[in-house]
Amino acid sequence: MGEVTFLDVSKRFSLRVDGEVHHVQALDRINFTVKDGEIVALIGPSGCGKTTALRVAMGLDAASAGRITVDGREVHGCGHDRGMVFQHAELLPWLSATQNVMFGLEMKGMRGAPLRETAEKYLQLVGLQDSQNRRPHQLSGGMKQRVGIARALAIDPKVLLMDEPFGALDAQTRESLQAELLDIHARTGKTVLFVTHDLDEAVLIADRIVVMKHGRVQEIMDVPLKRPRPDLGIVRGTPEFAETRYKVWRAIHDGAVVH
Amino acid sequence: MVDVADTTKTTATPASDPPEQRPFPRWVITLASVTFVLILWEIFGRRINPVFGSYPSAIAVAFWDLAASGQLWSALYESLRPFLLGYALAIVIGVPLGLLIGGFRAAEAALGIYVTAGYAMPLVALVPLLILWLGLGFAVKVAVVFLMALFPICINTWLGVVAVPKTLIEVGKSFVAPNIVILRRIVLPATLPYIMAGIRLAVGRAVVAMVIAEFFTTISGLGAVIINSANNFDTATMFVPIIILMVMAIGLNWLIGFVERKVAPWQAEIAGRDRE
Repeated sequence: MGEVTFLDVSKRFSLRVDGEVHHVQALDRINFTVKDGEIVALIGPSGCGKTTALRVAMGLDAASAGRITVDGREVHGCGHDRGMVFQHAELLPWLSATQNVMFGLEMKGMRGAPLRETAEKYLQLVGLQDSQNRRPHQLSGGMKQRVGIARALAIDPKVLLMDEPFGALDAQTRESLQAELLDIHARTGKTVLFVTHDLDEAVLIADRIVVMKHGRVQEIMDVPLKRPRPDLGIVRGTPEFAETRYKVWRAIHDGAVVH
Repeated sequence: MVDVADTTKTTATPASDPPEQRPFPRWVITLASVTFVLILWEIFGRRINPVFGSYPSAIAVAFWDLAASGQLWSALYESLRPFLLGYALAIVIGVPLGLLIGGFRAAEAALGIYVTAGYAMPLVALVPLLILWLGLGFAVKVAVVFLMALFPICINTWLGVVAVPKTLIEVGKSFVAPNIVILRRIVLPATLPYIMAGIRLAVGRAVVAMVIAEFFTTISGLGAVIINSANNFDTATMFVPIIILMVMAIGLNWLIGFVERKVAPWQAEIAGRDRE
């Protein structure tokens, strides 16, 4: 199981700009549910609160009001039931790929022989069995993010939380990782909540798309594309893709006149 | 899944590359520079009254005399003992103290000002007081070296902790690492380059501290050789310990660099300095 529910979640920040205190309502009574095994994309213009929502779900930031539950249990701080994939992978530079994955496992309390075995198993899952001993600076951007995904998956969380995981990658690498994420999802059945600013990515990967604006949920849309989606090139050519992409675009550019 | 962009980008210098133009080795440049300076010094030094200055060949002769009589070695031994102990203590205490101050807000607020102030402390002025507390012997020399070396190490460690990227700490948090584990397994390794820089900076200060201690407490060791030969207007002999101390600092600096590449190899690799 792995169901994430946002219940009236709000988050206020105080910022001091030039001596004046500004209050920012980053999240304003957010409500939605990510069902077990589902992939949900959070999308919206920058500053809409999508990353904040993810950070609150992870427990890195605390909600000012409301609550988040994972399988009915309220989230207080970070937990092993959620695995975080960071925007720039954020691997520990002094550790090899395997050791980076092992770090998460050790924090979960795993010791001894299974530690390395499990880490290697997950590196294999993301296709990095030949680069296990490389340190992060010896890996390309795409490979780093694979390690980041392996690290989060290895602790066998109920939910994978991803913060613009492919946003910093070049277009080609991004596409191959998107396909790989779908492949991993098909094999593990993990619940995934990911933040993106990329319309195509949201439609290609997600089952549902949550459009956010000014800290509120603007609209929640179903993606009428069937699973599995083995060839994203073909998916891009379908009328459903174009139609959904257009609808999401409209929702983001709320009220924009289209000629 | 084959990721073409990935594999090409990460292949380490393929063998088919044309042979790289090897740059001039650093040691050759250093050697040439040192030789040039020594020759200039020899030429101009010979024209000066030997009381007011000296020159390399005269210093070499004085070195030989000091070394042959055994005086140099006993002085060196006498100096090195308090130096090494004080310096080692400064590392053992300065690094954890810096981690503590950098890692905890309350510790920073409570202790930071003493460390900042301590760095600027005019230690020479306090030596008489230290003598009252610790006597004229070994202990006071250790204390002077320790106090001079402690602050650069501590401050650098502190600054290093503050500079650790917040996101790396969040990685620890998101995997539910306890604070002590985050400190030991994330903050400490991320801070290592700063710590090593502090330890390097402290070498120079510790050497100066050692000579000050030998001047102002029991006159002993290399400091004694300096003072006694200066009092006899034997300038060439006076330069021997001075040059030995400078060479020693260079050696220690090199040694620390070597240790740094051993304990934090990723740093040199990231900076692209690993091929030298």
